[in-house]
Amino acid sequence: MLTLQINGTEQTLDAPAEMPLLWVLRDILGMTGTKFGCGIAQCGACTVHIDGKPVRSCVLPVGALQNRAITTIEAIGATPEGAKVQKAWLDLEVVQCGYCQSGQIMSATALLAATPNPDDSDIDAAMAGNICRCGTYVRIRAAIKQAASGVKS
Amino acid sequence: MRIAAQSTQVSRRSLLTGALAGGFLFAFHLPARARGVNEPVEPPDSTSGKFAPNALIRIDPSGSITLVMPQVEMGQGVYTAIAMILAEELDADFAQVTLEHAPPDDKLYGNPMFGIQVTGNSNSIRSWWPKLRAAGAATRAMLVQAAAKQWQVDAASCTASKSAVAHKESGRTLTYGELALAANSETPPKDSPLKQVKEFVYIGQPLKRLDTPDKVNGKAVYGIDALLPNMKFATVMACPVLGGKVRAVDDSAARGLPGVRKIVVLDDAVAVVGDHMWAAKKGLEALKIEWDEGANASVNSEQIWRDLRAESAKDGAVAKSDGDVVKGLATGDRFEADYELPLLAHATMEPINATVHFKGDSCEVWTGTQVMTRIQSEVAKAVGLPVDRVTVYNHLLGGGFGRKLEPDMAVTAARIARQMDGPVKVVWTREEDTRHDVYRPAYRDSIAASLSGGKIQAWKYKVAGSSVMARWLPPAFHKGIDIDAVDSAVDLPYDIPNFHVEYVRAEPKGVVTGFWRGVGPNNNVFAIESFMDELAHRIGKDPIEFRRGMLGKNPRALAALNLVAEKSGWGGALPARVGRGVCLQPSFASFIATVIEAEVDESGEVHLRRITSAVDTGIAVNPDTIKAQLEGGLIFGVTAALYGEITLDKGRVQQSNFNDYRMLRIDQAPKIDIHVMKSSEPPGGIGETGATAGPPALRNAIYAATGVALRRLPIDRKMIAGRKA
Repeated sequence: MLTLQINGTEQTLDAPAEMPLLWVLRDILGMTGTKFGCGIAQCGACTVHIDGKPVRSCVLPVGALQNRAITTIEAIGATPEGAKVQKAWLDLEVVQCGYCQSGQIMSATALLAATPNPDDSDIDAAMAGNICRCGTYVRIRAAIKQAASGVKS
Repeated sequence: MRIAAQSTQVSRRSLLTGALAGGFLFAFHLPARARGVNEPVEPPDSTSGKFAPNALIRIDPSGSITLVMPQVEMGQGVYTAIAMILAEELDADFAQVTLEHAPPDDKLYGNPMFGIQVTGNSNSIRSWWPKLRAAGAATRAMLVQAAAKQWQVDAASCTASKSAVAHKESGRTLTYGELALAANSETPPKDSPLKQVKEFVYIGQPLKRLDTPDKVNGKAVYGIDALLPNMKFATVMACPVLGGKVRAVDDSAARGLPGVRKIVVLDDAVAVVGDHMWAAKKGLEALKIEWDEGANASVNSEQIWRDLRAESAKDGAVAKSDGDVVKGLATGDRFEADYELPLLAHATMEPINATVHFKGDSCEVWTGTQVMTRIQSEVAKAVGLPVDRVTVYNHLLGGGFGRKLEPDMAVTAARIARQMDGPVKVVWTREEDTRHDVYRPAYRDSIAASLSGGKIQAWKYKVAGSSVMARWLPPAFHKGIDIDAVDSAVDLPYDIPNFHVEYVRAEPKGVVTGFWRGVGPNNNVFAIESFMDELAHRIGKDPIEFRRGMLGKNPRALAALNLVAEKSGWGGALPARVGRGVCLQPSFASFIATVIEAEVDESGEVHLRRITSAVDTGIAVNPDTIKAQLEGGLIFGVTAALYGEITLDKGRVQQSNFNDYRMLRIDQAPKIDIHVMKSSEPPGGIGETGATAGPPALRNAIYAATGVALRRLPIDRKMIAGRKA
């Protein structure tokens, strides 16, 4: 049995240690906000936070995560940066199909927590691992700047 | 319009209700959640006790207004646009509408242009525009009549606004909820008057989308998120050689793995069912499968191109012929070119999937699809049940782009579920999704034209490529013409006196082709607009000036071109190895002019600097959505131009995942400015348009920057390395 700290709640479950966190969240715990996109850490759709840092849950064995704080899209709005990012995303109508946006928001939130006033190159570095097939990049960039500054760009 | 006052079969319990930033209240009815873990199964409920004058609108005595969405939401914003149009003519309070996915029913929800329930070809708003308005207006008239009757006043003295009817003289009002039951017995008037454009309160406003709040907090439910009590999880592998079959399976190593529950062997694929996707994946990896590679085992890209070029040399079926093209081509300066476009995969972010519960005498399907009724009928066929024994629950789509115009994922999932006792969710890995797509056809487009006096005198155009229509909608392939493959080739915006278009159907061996964002026009607009630049170059004319001279009969296209020239800074000085390229298209009943500014560095790498588009799409129902669709569509198009190509070797697709089937990322995304033009023409299509505009505008920018006339996609860096104009 494994004990995980997910969004501030302790979850005890039975899963092989090498099983990626993504499938534990989606298929064992029914937390479907974190998405499967590629399975090889190429697209970022599965991004979650471990102790506040963005990681790709599709390649992250769950066995190594006991006593680490796992945060998913379902709870990111409870953090100050997460709430700001979600609000900017809605204000600027970033979202189209929305499938990648859980991951985009998790990456953007981690960026703002580490770098409160990111410039374009900070945004490129933090967000280039997240693919959006609908092509919402222009608005993602603007929304991150708005979330950082509080000013509509 | 009175379609039918009958309920859908879908249960109506709303699960998710929340306040939006703008104060809107909405709820999506989401069957997967409603019937999810620890939830009792609900019986279908009916519309009794509600005002349901047609299949799209239901008003409850409590005042809640439910709008049933006949088209599907895959990111294009159509749910919000449809709701805006209905609410506009209904005079409903947009802040309080609830949306519901439509069940499969061609009669009630069939796309008026196709006659079946299809979302595609950028025609949701175009095709539904009159019907949505009439449905809203007739419903409003019935509510007004009911109020007038109750007050014993003339209906003409009553007004409606924000879900209530008022009688100004007496100061009385009744809400739509209060009127709902009385309105049920009213007869809908014939031809209820529609609003004038200047009377619109919602249409034309950048209202907030109704589907997005749950897409930023993880609550939105896509097909892949369906959860059911006791469900199992499966993943599947088809023969790596396209069209191959299973010969034998050794499952001894897979059987003992923890969480693996069943190995399902189909004739053309093998699935492993487990307690979760991880177990299914590990199980699949542990199988030893012997394949019968079949007839395509030696197919490769070189052969596909050799065949296509040979077919393209033949005469085609004539799609259009005006004037005398033979004579026209014999006079003036004749010029010819051929353009080639590769096979492409869709790569929706949500890999294909379907969840199916086969119960012997009935079957339920949870998925996100562009073709509800086709899923229902194809699953029925696959499991041997009558169509009415198959229930389909649609979901939000994590990207469609044409991939979800196919029912194959639900059919395969149903064949697997047929061997199971409970529900099974089948999710394709990215690798399987990429290697077993229905691919955008490869095309070879050949153009000959003659120039005289700075204008085109004759134009002979031939499209050669696979006919998607011949497989997907056979009546649309008629007398040798695929109407989609020649779309935008038969109706150029330019005045050309001698004009001739042919089509050659050429099927790539072993490859199943499908619709891809931009559909037919994405090959034609590329060839036409690339060739237009080459013609301009030949006579030393500015590309925009050259186009302008032939737009006398097309004021909307001309206005878009003029606006983009102004907004893009066309003609302004640029550094070395930087160029601007233009594309003009009248496709999907929208007139769009686009300029891309790009740099080609010494190594041949392309850097996008700026994209500007001017769009006249008629009445812009939601102008912010139109901007978003252009922004995203342009990125989609230039992604394909820069990276997209599916190749085959030994019958196998060589690409598999985002490491070898590359996507544009944020660090390569340019600034994009979209200018939506005012218009009172009926709405045009928009979702496909950026995907068709991006590649030729980029190709022409590279032409301007390097002087190299690329005639093949994706862009070949070797051809432009070290070159400057």
